[in-house]
Amino acid sequence: MTSRVVDKVWTSIFYVIAAFVISLLIFFFVTVLSKGWGFWQPDFLFGKPSNTQAGGGVGPQLINSLYMLVITLLISVPLGLGAGIYLAEYAKQGRMLNFIRLCIETMASLPSIVVGLFGLLAFVTLTGWGYTLIGGALAITILNLPGLTRICENAILDVPSSIKEGSLALGATRWQTLVKVILPSALPQIMTGVILAAGRIFGEAAALIYTAGLTTPLLNFAADLSSKAHPLNVFRPAETLTVHIWKLNSEGIVPDAKIIAAKSAAILVIMVLLFNITARFASAALQRYFTGNRRRTTKKKMSNVA
Amino acid sequence: MKEKRRLNYWKNEYIGRILVTFCGLLIVITTLSIIAFICGKGIQSFTENGISLKEMLFSTEWKPSDSHPKYGAVIFIVGSMLVSIGAVLLSTPIAIALAIFMNFISPKFGSAVLKPVLELLVGIPSVVYGWLGVTLLIPLLREWFGGVGFSLLAGIIVLSIMILPTITSIASDALSGVPFSYLEASYGLGSTRWQAISRVIVPAARTGILTGIVLGLARAFGEALAVQMVIGNTVKLPSGLYSPTATLTGILTMDMSNTINGTAWNNALWTLAMILLFISFFFIVLIRMIGQRGER
Repeated sequence: MTSRVVDKVWTSIFYVIAAFVISLLIFFFVTVLSKGWGFWQPDFLFGKPSNTQAGGGVGPQLINSLYMLVITLLISVPLGLGAGIYLAEYAKQGRMLNFIRLCIETMASLPSIVVGLFGLLAFVTLTGWGYTLIGGALAITILNLPGLTRICENAILDVPSSIKEGSLALGATRWQTLVKVILPSALPQIMTGVILAAGRIFGEAAALIYTAGLTTPLLNFAADLSSKAHPLNVFRPAETLTVHIWKLNSEGIVPDAKIIAAKSAAILVIMVLLFNITARFASAALQRYFTGNRRRTTKKKMSNVA
Repeated sequence: MKEKRRLNYWKNEYIGRILVTFCGLLIVITTLSIIAFICGKGIQSFTENGISLKEMLFSTEWKPSDSHPKYGAVIFIVGSMLVSIGAVLLSTPIAIALAIFMNFISPKFGSAVLKPVLELLVGIPSVVYGWLGVTLLIPLLREWFGGVGFSLLAGIIVLSIMILPTITSIASDALSGVPFSYLEASYGLGSTRWQAISRVIVPAARTGILTGIVLGLARAFGEALAVQMVIGNTVKLPSGLYSPTATLTGILTMDMSNTINGTAWNNALWTLAMILLFISFFFIVLIRMIGQRGER
């Protein structure tokens, strides 16, 4: 075989592998959606789960997943942003910075089950809260903090230094420069990262088994906020959708466990798809907004070109 | 006047600076307390229950509910290792091929289609992978090979898909970091694209590719639920690829809530968590070493 033929053969092998991976993803989505067909029915989305009879829903689990996502983002985004700002703007090169980076690396590579077990020690036993939603949110915060920190740091570092120097030259302090100049122009990148992180938070399960628990009390909006029955009380056990799938698979005794698991998986996959698409659009839209190219001007430009 | 200016400066600079410094320190504090908590609990099986370190690390007998309980972690450590190494072996060639495709064969198609596809693959929750394994892969394996289907092989296949995006994205970064002049020089000497890629580009990017592989290995080692759902969880060493076994993460997810806090069994599980923690440290050290060697 001449080297040209070898080249052709390898090129086609690369095409085959790329096609294989793409079709694998499509196959996964088709399978999940077809097996979980009908997941949008209100009876399933908002219905109460049943332990013994078929036909139960995943209402509480879905509420828990979404609420957990909100609480986790409320905790982890400010912390990640702060740490990212510190690393990008204030930290001095040296031993301390090296140590912080080592800690971030360590944290990023922790197996999620280990973080869950730490949560069991710190947020469940030590605080005496028992299995709580807030404990789960804190555990996922630990899992996502390194990633968010890195996203924020990179976004800030990517802002051209001329912008920063201009602001400093006008007499602004570093903090003022940061808040009024750098952060707005870093925002598109940060937003994209946060939305993608949200997808990961939504899909996390291993860290939640021992922190947020495997049960949900009967939820009732009429109950007192301090009672465990109130959906917005963060100090209550909260089984999320992901944990629910795992539980159904390992110890589900409901006759339709398989269908419930399939439909829940379909919901999760749809959410992942939504997060990814939103991240794409949000970054494009914010980019347009902050660079001043709003739609009207773009249109004008387009017509000029034409 | 001077006082006021100082106050203003304080307000405009130091409050923010203190807040963000605190966030930076919080990461350090959290990491250290995770290590302290897990190790503090994990060491109790040696100090309080008198399990010997030798038994824990070298015995293949895990019989915590026996009248003469045995706590050997070898099965879980070996199970975790086999499943992660198998996944990396299966995943790496595909990942490198994808990275090459995205950088050199068809960059446009790569960034428009393959990259979003890989991002979606990362985004799929691990329980969904586990569920796909149980509903698609296990019946398929059963049909092909007979038996129960839950096996090391199933774990390897599921994991290899999960770590594919990790290895691919890092390998792709490494390949795109290779100076363009290398490719030009290679073409200038009359090589074909495949010759340039296989003999110049990939060797030049090998440090980055190796980092990606180790990161994939680390991720495979720490993955809990997807593997636990398909590997069978029988406490014995696997006799072959198509035989069920158990992993460190699997036994932790299953047994921690079944045991009573403070008992020898429970403490032994915490020791397994500590071993898992140390193995993830080992991967960090490995990645740092590869990085340093690459700089030289």
